[in-house]
Amino acid sequence: MATYLLRRLLIAIPSLLGISLILFTVLALAPGDPFSEMATNPNVPPEVREALRASFGLNDPIMVRYLRWLSAMAQGDWGFSFASRINVDTLILQRVPTTLFVVGTSQILALCIALPVGIYAATRPYSIFDQIANTLAFVGFSLPTFFTGLLLILLFSIKLDWFPFVYRSDIAATGWRWYWEMFRQAIMPITVLGLFQAASYTRYVRSAVLDVIRLDYVTTARAKGLSEKRVTLRHITRNALIPVVTLVALQMPAVFGGAIVTEQIFRIPGIGSLLIDAILANDTPVIMAVTFVFACLVVLFNLIADLLYGWLDPRISFG
Amino acid sequence: MAGSTLASPSADPAVAGAGAAISVSPGRETWRRFRRHKLAMASAVILGLLILGVVVGPWIWTIPINDIDFSAQLQGPSLAHPFGTDDLGQDILARMMYGGRISLAVGLAAMVVATTVGVLIGATAGMSRKVADPVLMWVTDLFLSLPQLPLLLLVIYLFREQLKAVFGVEGGVFILIVVVIGGLRWMPVARLVRAQFLSLREKEFVEAAKAQGATKLRQMTRHILPNAVGPVIVASTIEVSSAIIAESTLSFLGLGFPPDIPTWGRLLFDAKDHLDTAPHWALFPGAAIFLTVLSINFIGDGLRDALDPRRVI
Amino acid sequence: MDERTLSSLIENVKDGAISRRSFIRRLAAVGITAPIASQILAWNDVAMAQASLQYKPTKAGGGGPLKILLWQAPTLLNPHFASGTKDQIAGRIFFEPLAGWDKEGNLTPQLAAEVPTRANGGLSEDGKVVTWKLKQGVKWHDGKPFTADDVVFTWEYAADPATAAYTTGSYTNIKVEKVDDHTVKVIFKEATPFWADPFVGVVGQILPKHHFGEYKGAKSREAPANLKPVGTGPYKFAEFKPGDILTGTRNEDYHVKNQPHFDTIEVKGGGDAVSAARAVLQTGEFDYAWNLQVEDEVLKKMETGGRGKVSAVPSGDIEFIILNTTDPWTEVDGERSSVKTKHPTLSDPKVRQAFNLLIDRDSIQKFIYGRGGRATASFVNEPKQFRSQKLKYEFNIDKANKILDEAGWKRGSDGIREKDGKKLKYVYQTSINAPRQKTQAIIKQACQKAGIDLELKSVTASVFFSSDVANPDTYTKLYVDIEMYTTTQPQPDPERFLNQFTSWEIANKENKWLGRNVSRYSDPEADKAYKAAQKELDPAKRAALLIKVDEIFCEANVILPILSRTRVAASATNLMHDHSGWDVDTWNVAAWYRS
Repeated sequence: MATYLLRRLLIAIPSLLGISLILFTVLALAPGDPFSEMATNPNVPPEVREALRASFGLNDPIMVRYLRWLSAMAQGDWGFSFASRINVDTLILQRVPTTLFVVGTSQILALCIALPVGIYAATRPYSIFDQIANTLAFVGFSLPTFFTGLLLILLFSIKLDWFPFVYRSDIAATGWRWYWEMFRQAIMPITVLGLFQAASYTRYVRSAVLDVIRLDYVTTARAKGLSEKRVTLRHITRNALIPVVTLVALQMPAVFGGAIVTEQIFRIPGIGSLLIDAILANDTPVIMAVTFVFACLVVLFNLIADLLYGWLDPRISFG
Repeated sequence: MAGSTLASPSADPAVAGAGAAISVSPGRETWRRFRRHKLAMASAVILGLLILGVVVGPWIWTIPINDIDFSAQLQGPSLAHPFGTDDLGQDILARMMYGGRISLAVGLAAMVVATTVGVLIGATAGMSRKVADPVLMWVTDLFLSLPQLPLLLLVIYLFREQLKAVFGVEGGVFILIVVVIGGLRWMPVARLVRAQFLSLREKEFVEAAKAQGATKLRQMTRHILPNAVGPVIVASTIEVSSAIIAESTLSFLGLGFPPDIPTWGRLLFDAKDHLDTAPHWALFPGAAIFLTVLSINFIGDGLRDALDPRRVI
Repeated sequence: MDERTLSSLIENVKDGAISRRSFIRRLAAVGITAPIASQILAWNDVAMAQASLQYKPTKAGGGGPLKILLWQAPTLLNPHFASGTKDQIAGRIFFEPLAGWDKEGNLTPQLAAEVPTRANGGLSEDGKVVTWKLKQGVKWHDGKPFTADDVVFTWEYAADPATAAYTTGSYTNIKVEKVDDHTVKVIFKEATPFWADPFVGVVGQILPKHHFGEYKGAKSREAPANLKPVGTGPYKFAEFKPGDILTGTRNEDYHVKNQPHFDTIEVKGGGDAVSAARAVLQTGEFDYAWNLQVEDEVLKKMETGGRGKVSAVPSGDIEFIILNTTDPWTEVDGERSSVKTKHPTLSDPKVRQAFNLLIDRDSIQKFIYGRGGRATASFVNEPKQFRSQKLKYEFNIDKANKILDEAGWKRGSDGIREKDGKKLKYVYQTSINAPRQKTQAIIKQACQKAGIDLELKSVTASVFFSSDVANPDTYTKLYVDIEMYTTTQPQPDPERFLNQFTSWEIANKENKWLGRNVSRYSDPEADKAYKAAQKELDPAKRAALLIKVDEIFCEANVILPILSRTRVAASATNLMHDHSGWDVDTWNVAAWYRS
């Protein structure tokens, strides 16, 4: 196992380099530049824009720019944002806690709903409970988050006036009041994200459990006289976890990457809103930094998932 | 330990069917089992009606989709406009029937693309014990980490004109969108399939097939894949709804169909600012997407049960 | 009223032969409103009346917090790096220019003691030198005095190309000299009728030399004060998270008596315009939201709750259509839409004339923009002395059909008109923005009725307005038949704005499509009038010349103006604010108060 891990980690380095090269090329070739906002302003003469392009190095060949980025990155210099002209790492670090909190909580919420509901529904397929759970799940993923978010705002902020819908990273309160305010402002975005995610998780869990529940070893376990609870938890769930682990591993990088739409709607100052602002302003250093960290997490969690497969099903080998 | 509990090799119909002759062909048997699944049958009918509605509907309901009437802004459902009107006084029913063709086609086609690519890559990676697995997983990781928006802008800007020249405005955009949505959404399917394969390829029934001299391809297609189909069906049915919604995001970014083509996702998006005063505008396209998703999912469930020989129907 | 009568009237006021009031009344009789009339006087050196917000509070502070919501978040605070309005709004809370523009286009002193005029010796006879007298007793937030050195430094800073300031254009061709501690001279190379640009309004924020002195040129990015501004403004900096939130506290030493009213200020960013309006008008979470490009119907419904109100002020921004007279589908010397080509159908003036008749401007205003714009046929609309009185618009499908019939464009079997095998089929492009897509739909429908087929295309704004040479979808490339967008006129003077109608500004491959004349159309008469206006010091004659340039382009039906845009903001019912279409929303934030 240790050699396998070491080998995978060693492979990760060139593969991340390759990914970074492709990311950089895509960003460099993608249309647009950081100066669109002053385009129709006659006060900014074209020469100024041209000079700025040159001073940001946008006119150099892509490979030159990539190598410059790579060597700076190797020395821990993440570059500076074209839009705010401050260091990219400062910018990202300001956003990380909020995103981890909001998106992380919503993922936990999603799992807390999806695992019990999915398992229970699968043990009683086509029962009333299963039908209701399924229908709700379908509603969940056929409505986009921009829509459910707005629905919650209209209901809870505007009609009932219970919760604020503008998320603030600096609540001017201390002690329990701080927690209360935090809860009030975070509940809507977490619910929107959590339920959306829970909807698809539930379907996967249900399906995965259904796949194993009729296998012979489950019948054997029951025949041995084990309690239904023990059979469900120890025999069925563990074997049904492989697709779930895959999905969670797929979603983990998103806990860092944020949720673009939901963050926009509730004005959450997270990585997602940073990324979309940067993309719309063509702020390449920021996009590059966020996507590269994201790529590292994707690779890392893929590796973790592979290790977990081996633990869940010892017969899996990576020869 | 649960992990050591063995799955029965002999219960697999593919294995059984591989040797002996069967009285009923598997296809007819599946169909017979599927028909017994009431929800799935009802869903198939609903989906059929939806498709029929958007294909035939515009010939029956002949109000033009872009007939602007400022005297009829944001009206609720009435006889003249069964689904009401939008803020330019355009008939929502007519728009939904026209846009539904595109939404349904995009949703189904993108699902097929994403599922096919995902299954192919996932299965190949899952079967491989050599280079193919790390290489394909690298590609999957790469696609997962690509920032979608700049990539979309790039793809559209590189290929739109060429495709438009060959397939016309709507055809070109359709191909582009299906490829883009499908091409950026196969990764979860690939990962799921690979994970299933990693586990299934060690199972006894595969060993048995191997011992009988089944080729790798045969092991894959006849023995492992049918057993890995559960998550695939779920993933691909979820894919239909995400594709319909993703299309609306694309057209909002100017990357999709021209702005005057009212796809369901786009109707929903346009309606959102009027949600408190004209809820009907969002209600009908929302319900249409929901019905589509619902019926496709139940059809998926039905298929899955029909394909699963262990389930007695 | 012609230009000569106007000039002689102005002379009469100067001599005291007629009073200010009767001058204004006479102009009102010919349809020129009072503020504009008083502005005409101001432009002619007759002392101006202050027209900004009446400030009621009798002491500074005590107003509690002021919460502003911008749906685009500010990303930096150095006003000379500010690429967009959002950043300029944020920077203006801490920094001030010598003078700002109020909503009626009057120049209002901020760090200057008075506005330079010819009467007070501030403007030289030859139009080349402007002398500014600075306000005395103004202190930076750190207690150091504000002097002429800071003004001179600001010029050096912004003019240095290595600083990479967006405001460079206003400072490169001038020289600034210190006369004494509280007087500076701005020297232009040529006679400059519109001198109120450097140190004025959006581009004019004065930086403290003692904070930025070491960070001129290439090191400009490293200045700590970029993120922790020290200015002279009404609020002192507290905290800033780029792209999220900015807070400030009251400046107790502010140089205007009894101002500011609020104890703290907060600017939160992000989200979209509609929900920003909701947060002010429906939930009252914020006091003020800016630039609400939202359909008016939606705003009106939100206003019914009574928590907030919507206000609109005129600006020089214009939403307009360009009909491309060059051929966008044929490549010549590596570029499409080259001036060497002719558009197969739009080069026919009759087709362009018919197209202009198919734009239902009144409906577009009434049903889409509401208070957000006013239908117009003139490219320049504000300030009103520069608006053409001659240009008129009309929506008449029958007339358009008749013109096309007479010009020989016959309907084919598909209902689309054609002549010599050339069809009236166009690609009509704009940026993505809900009101624009609705405008496209309205025009498309009218065109259909006249046998013209439009293919609608919309491009995401960040691509459309970029200067990316490789991209065919940018607005300056004009690789389409018809294009629509809004262009901004940043000062209450259209001279620089109208350079997009000159032949030397035509966008082409050679200038990397950075030229300002996107339509590619040119007329020697327009060039001549524009050049004359640049040197003309008599305001009335100059206005006449600039109006001529405008009329040449609009009458050729190459430029089809649609709406003169206003700036729309939402505010809490009890908030007294003062926003201007000629400056950023916070230009006079010191005078805002809660009643």
